[in-house]
Amino acid sequence: MIWVNVVVQGLLVGGFYALFACGLSLMFGVMKVINLAHGDMAVVAAYAAVFLAPKLHVAEVWAFIVIVPLFALVGYLLQRTLLQKAIDRDPFTTLLVTFGLSVVIENLLLEIYSGNGQSVNIGALIAKSWQVNSIIYVSYVSLVVLGAAVVVLGALQLFLSRTSTGRLIRAVSDDREAAQLCGANYKHIFGVAAAIAFATVALAGIAYGIHTEFFPTSGGGNLLYAFEAVVIGGIGSLWGTLIGGVALGIAQEFGAHFNPAYQYLAGNILFLVVLAIRPQGLFGRKGSLNE
Amino acid sequence: MSDATPTLPLARGGVSVERSSFSPIYTLVGTLIIAVFFTAAPWILPASWVSILSNFFILVIMATMWNLLAGYAGMVSIGQQGFVGLGAYAMLYFAIKGMNPFVAIPFAIVTCAILAYPITYLLFRLRGGYFAVATWVVADSAMLIILSIALLGGGTGRYLPGLSNLSPSQLNHYTYLATWVVAFVVVVATYFILRSRLGLVLSSMRDNETAARSAGAKVTSTRRLIYVIAAAGCGAAGAVLAISQPFVQPGNAFNLNWAAEMLFVSMIGGLGTIEGPILGCVIYFVLQQSLQNYGAWYLIIFGTVAVIIAIWQPRGLWGAIRDRFHFELLPVGYRVRDKVRVKKVKKQKRSETPPASVVTTSE
Repeated sequence: MIWVNVVVQGLLVGGFYALFACGLSLMFGVMKVINLAHGDMAVVAAYAAVFLAPKLHVAEVWAFIVIVPLFALVGYLLQRTLLQKAIDRDPFTTLLVTFGLSVVIENLLLEIYSGNGQSVNIGALIAKSWQVNSIIYVSYVSLVVLGAAVVVLGALQLFLSRTSTGRLIRAVSDDREAAQLCGANYKHIFGVAAAIAFATVALAGIAYGIHTEFFPTSGGGNLLYAFEAVVIGGIGSLWGTLIGGVALGIAQEFGAHFNPAYQYLAGNILFLVVLAIRPQGLFGRKGSLNE
Repeated sequence: MSDATPTLPLARGGVSVERSSFSPIYTLVGTLIIAVFFTAAPWILPASWVSILSNFFILVIMATMWNLLAGYAGMVSIGQQGFVGLGAYAMLYFAIKGMNPFVAIPFAIVTCAILAYPITYLLFRLRGGYFAVATWVVADSAMLIILSIALLGGGTGRYLPGLSNLSPSQLNHYTYLATWVVAFVVVVATYFILRSRLGLVLSSMRDNETAARSAGAKVTSTRRLIYVIAAAGCGAAGAVLAISQPFVQPGNAFNLNWAAEMLFVSMIGGLGTIEGPILGCVIYFVLQQSLQNYGAWYLIIFGTVAVIIAIWQPRGLWGAIRDRFHFELLPVGYRVRDKVRVKKVKKQKRSETPPASVVTTSE
């Protein structure tokens, strides 16, 4: 039963990683950009939930109603200005620029809000859990986050496959020049994809802030685990990202079960093993790495 | 490509192919003067300057290595802090085992090179951004493994033994000498690597990888060699960092800020030149020292400037200087010089004709 608990907890953490990773996966899929500031954006969203939401008279639990659209706007604008400029140069520049952004954001947060830990306060709800039996407890918050991850990934999949904007995004991602010849404004489409990615990362960031205490420097770790989830699941596959996140979560819980110090190491080892044995990931296409 | 530095024949019509716009003797003399000055610095400069210079040279080592990796071999790594940390901990390990820390520096370097070699077989499965983040995963794993080793102080860290018989001023002096000598060796070695056949392969890879491959350049093994060299260099930086601290702590040795600093310094100074990262280090230290009472603002300003430079002036400050004045302190390539044109320019300058007409007269 202990092992069942490990798997259940891993599943719950995995949902959270998947929520984190889908924006990263989308931005790489469409713009071939790895946003190294992805984790820091999530932390900014968490800070916004703590400091901005009360000023707007929104309870911290409902902060996402304000912050998610706000981040979508920020994502669109950032993509149309700075990121587009970097993409126009070369992939190398986008890496340097997003890494620079990441360091600037971390240190700005440190200067403005100090290095003290913060958390998004949702009252008594945080402690409530569903007791399955004497060993397994399922926290409501984690369950909601897992549910949100499945809903977000499902909605994204539907959006990409059924709507005309979704079709445009896929077209631009497959072949930018051909899509342009057919009249698609690829820069606008890039902006829309970035808006979606930033909206999901804001949601993930607020969930993270509810879940654990966060610091200005928490973004780096978040980026690493999101990235590991994407690679384990397979680059370019949204459902793969969910499975990757869950696999990562379970590996971390297994590691933590033996020794709390091995929690993140176990996740890193799973990532490196997947890289060694199946570099295209569990659900990835062969050759997707060389794009 | 049989010779290390191919002797290029003089072309007809007064055109020559040469490396430098001035005699190599100037380079040699200049290097000697700099070497003598920095070796004598502890006797000339105040003690506080000396410890700042130590930190400066540690950053010069890291930036030069990052530049070799990213600027020449095209591998953007944000995991080099992993090798800085491993170098520091290798130093700590050898010192605990009773070795003199200053003797242990080369052993720490070799340890990092040996550890880096097998890692390349995993990392080289990924390209571009995925490679970059994977190097970070490797650095993170290295830190997590070190954290669980009690002998090396676990999460709290441990003092580097073997330095207690030195007085503080002696320690400061020796630390400075160690950082300076390592930095000098690293920069000079990089210069000769880039002038060698390896440097030719690197620039051919940078310009067009497919063409380089089809011309017989061993692209993957060259990348591997450069990655191992860069790991060894960052290990050297870590080893001297451990001596200068001398408290070795995982949070400091594996700090992501090392990666940020090497990247910003190389970008601002100019990637793909030897002089650029050193110029970047100078700017970085001036900024850091003048803003040292304002917390992390120096890093915020520096990062913002680096982002701006990456987009609007990707060749960096030194690149801008070189493009404008056609001047290189440490040239690694060759260029064609038109002797006739140079003479005519000189003549016309004397007769004060506008230089715009030079091009037409020489052709």
